[in-house]
Amino acid sequence: MSALSFRNVWVEYGSQIVLERINIEIASGSFVSVVGPSGAGKSTFLRLILGQERPSQGAVLLDGEPFPAEPGPDRGIVFQRYSVFPHLTVLGNVLVSHEFEQRPFTARLFGAARRRAIEKSEAMIESVGLAEHRDKYPSALSGGMQQRLAIAQALARRPRVLLLDEPFGALDPGTRTQMHALIKPLWRDLKMTIVMVTHDIREAFGLATRLIALDHPRRDPQAQERYGAKITYDLDLTRDGPAPVLGFSKPRPPTANYGSS
Amino acid sequence: MNIAPARGSRILLAAIPFFLIVVVYIIGSAERRAANPDDKLLPPISEMAETSKRLATEPDRRSGEYVLWTDTTASLQRLLLGLGISTLIGLSFGLTVGLLPIAGASFGTIVAVISMIPPMAVLPILFIVFGLGELSKVMLIIIGVAPCLVRDISIEVQGLPREQMVKAQTLGASTWQVAIRVVLPQIMPRLIKSVRLMLGPAFLFLISAEAIAADVGLGYRIFLVRRYLSMDVILPYVAWITLLAFALDMLLGLFARKVFPWAYVEEPR
Repeated sequence: MSALSFRNVWVEYGSQIVLERINIEIASGSFVSVVGPSGAGKSTFLRLILGQERPSQGAVLLDGEPFPAEPGPDRGIVFQRYSVFPHLTVLGNVLVSHEFEQRPFTARLFGAARRRAIEKSEAMIESVGLAEHRDKYPSALSGGMQQRLAIAQALARRPRVLLLDEPFGALDPGTRTQMHALIKPLWRDLKMTIVMVTHDIREAFGLATRLIALDHPRRDPQAQERYGAKITYDLDLTRDGPAPVLGFSKPRPPTANYGSS
Repeated sequence: MNIAPARGSRILLAAIPFFLIVVVYIIGSAERRAANPDDKLLPPISEMAETSKRLATEPDRRSGEYVLWTDTTASLQRLLLGLGISTLIGLSFGLTVGLLPIAGASFGTIVAVISMIPPMAVLPILFIVFGLGELSKVMLIIIGVAPCLVRDISIEVQGLPREQMVKAQTLGASTWQVAIRVVLPQIMPRLIKSVRLMLGPAFLFLISAEAIAADVGLGYRIFLVRRYLSMDVILPYVAWITLLAFALDMLLGLFARKVFPWAYVEEPR
């Protein structure tokens, strides 16, 4: 189970309000894509779930529980860049999470434990199609392969929530389609909740079961920073969707406040 | 700019400047000798070779030691000890200051200030506090080199993408695990690079300290024979020191390439 709820969340930096009054329940196992113009707080939204940022007001809950305000193994992330460790091979990048888990002090595995962890990691690498590249360093991989590796790495600890921060933004269209074909079955098999921030509207509609748009519904021309972004659209995409979603909550009517724009 | 020499001609091209220096020296030396047979400033190469051979292979008449080798071991010991300790300090402090904001806030400024102290200015203090023995010379190298390494490494740590730290934490890593598995290996190439760059200053501090107070060492020897204008000793010693520094630099470079191949993939040579 991995349901996320935002309860009246506000994020403010000094006098600037980034997000205001965010109320949303994300059902366990949904694939949510978050769209919106630049500066609408999409990344802030993601960082709230990641625990990298705290709400100024309100609370973000995972399965009804508040979680520590720092990134942890129950929430995995794939960034657009710098997601993999350049000093480790493909295998090492996936293996390292098992080493973190099992050896708090040395963070290195040896002997039988290492062989078991390698087996698990190899299965993960296989599932993203990097089996023949397992001994290469990330610098020898193409952009698409690096993102595959980042996904394999993020999934190694079986996070309850997977966060994708414009993961395919830097890839060419062909590679992007391949990545879409890769992520969908993984999501279905591992039954996790995915929250993906993206600029690509087709991607947002094509992959997700639910789409959230963040935008500034009101603007004060004298004090732009005093109105934060809200959820302006909240669409259920499951009706024709090929994937069944367990426990998916019906979308609430779009937030009514369209303001002056 | 697009014409790159092949490997063979690269070596040849690198040798040309050295060859030119030697030729100019030989001409200059011969000219001076022709004008004044007792000239000491530019001794001919044959004379320098003779002296070097004597220093390296014949025991000294008074002490019975092979002067060149006792000087070299004494100096290298001081240098490597000083550099080694500086490296350890630079690595541990630099990593802590760079990674932990609390440590950065507490020690960042003091390190920046300490690294601005001219080491030669504190040499008298070192001689007073630690005496004239080995310790003060090693300390001088440490004081001159370690703060720079700490600063360099902490800046390098802070320059690592924030995403990697977050990513490591989402994989379950603690701060300690991030330090040893994510940050440490990634700053090692930089550490070696910085140590290579600090070789020059380290030699400078070593030779200065030896020139002022020592009874053995490469720096001591050249400042001792300076009184007799023994260019036939000084020049080979300078060449020998240069060669030692160059060899250390090259060894560190080769070591880094061997151990951290991932850090050098994008460099063509």
